[in-house]
Amino acid sequence: MSLVSEGADLTKPLRAGLAEPSLAGVEDYVALLKPRVMSLVVFTALVGLLVAPGHVHPVIGFTALLCIAIGAGASGALNMWYDADIDAVMTRTSRRPIPAGRVRPDEALAFGSTLAVGSVLVFGVLVNWFAAALLAFTIAFYVFIYTMWLKRSTPQNIVIGGAAGAFPPMVGWAAVTGDVSLAPVLMFLIIFLWTPPHFWALSLLRADDYARAGVPMLPVVAGPDETRKQILLYTLVLAPTGIAPTLFGFAGLLYGAIALVCGAVMLLLAWRVYRDRTGPAAPASARKLFAFSLLYVFVLFAALLVDNGLARLGFGL
Amino acid sequence: MSDDDGIVLTEEQKRRRRARSIAIALSLGALVLLVYLVTVVKLGPDVLRRPL
Repeated sequence: MSLVSEGADLTKPLRAGLAEPSLAGVEDYVALLKPRVMSLVVFTALVGLLVAPGHVHPVIGFTALLCIAIGAGASGALNMWYDADIDAVMTRTSRRPIPAGRVRPDEALAFGSTLAVGSVLVFGVLVNWFAAALLAFTIAFYVFIYTMWLKRSTPQNIVIGGAAGAFPPMVGWAAVTGDVSLAPVLMFLIIFLWTPPHFWALSLLRADDYARAGVPMLPVVAGPDETRKQILLYTLVLAPTGIAPTLFGFAGLLYGAIALVCGAVMLLLAWRVYRDRTGPAAPASARKLFAFSLLYVFVLFAALLVDNGLARLGFGL
Repeated sequence: MSDDDGIVLTEEQKRRRRARSIAIALSLGALVLLVYLVTVVKLGPDVLRRPL
């Protein structure tokens, strides 16, 4: 369905100094916030907030999560503003609001910047300034380091850029304690090491798309076999890191057992990706790893939450 | 100033602008409510018991 055909005549030249009337609907602005990415950010931040020692009033906790969610959404909007040229040529992203012509780039920039600054300021004033500074750093890292610099220049883009997605549990923790200790660093490391196998499994399936857009993803630059090797290597480091919270005494045996099983499944699927290089088995293995990797991070953080809750109630293993 | 001098919005554009305006109003209202609630939580019940 073309929005232009619904009545807006965009073919008429506009007088200088007049902006084109916006066709953006509320749902387009919601799409700019990347709600699916936001759900993982909010969930891991919630776990960081709830497992942190000490008590936070529910209203303050809710405010912290809201600010983290809006900060993450602002990062998504600024990413879509900067990457509109890439998004337009990739099948997966060509229907996003800016390449589809429903939101103008300057609208997305204004929306993203306002929310980014607003979320940090509200976080600082209503919760605490240390956590707000961490949120500001996370947004800046995602927008300036990942989006503007690394994404278009190195196949290590998602390895280093993955740090931005790994900060939310640390921000959630800092919202309660006002500082950072080993436990949130371990949560950061789990997401940080999980990001490369997760995204490279996807990029194995979308290598043509990335090549057409000129994004130097690992399968495009180093080839699919090197990507498969790197996926396996990162998963070999990820699996023991997943158990680290138990080994360091920050989580109990329940979490440790779940992390062990999930880590073993991740390793098995990564091994299959490494092994299946040709035929229909190759994309099928990558798809399975991608799907399970999403489940992996959700299950691990849910287990951390349950384990911590049981320990607080006196039922810890 | 006649209509020719500016942009005349279509009905669809007006509808979408109205939807955006309502969304902004609701967001600002939610922010005001949030600041009010956090203020009450931070000050606590002692807010009415202060030295004169």
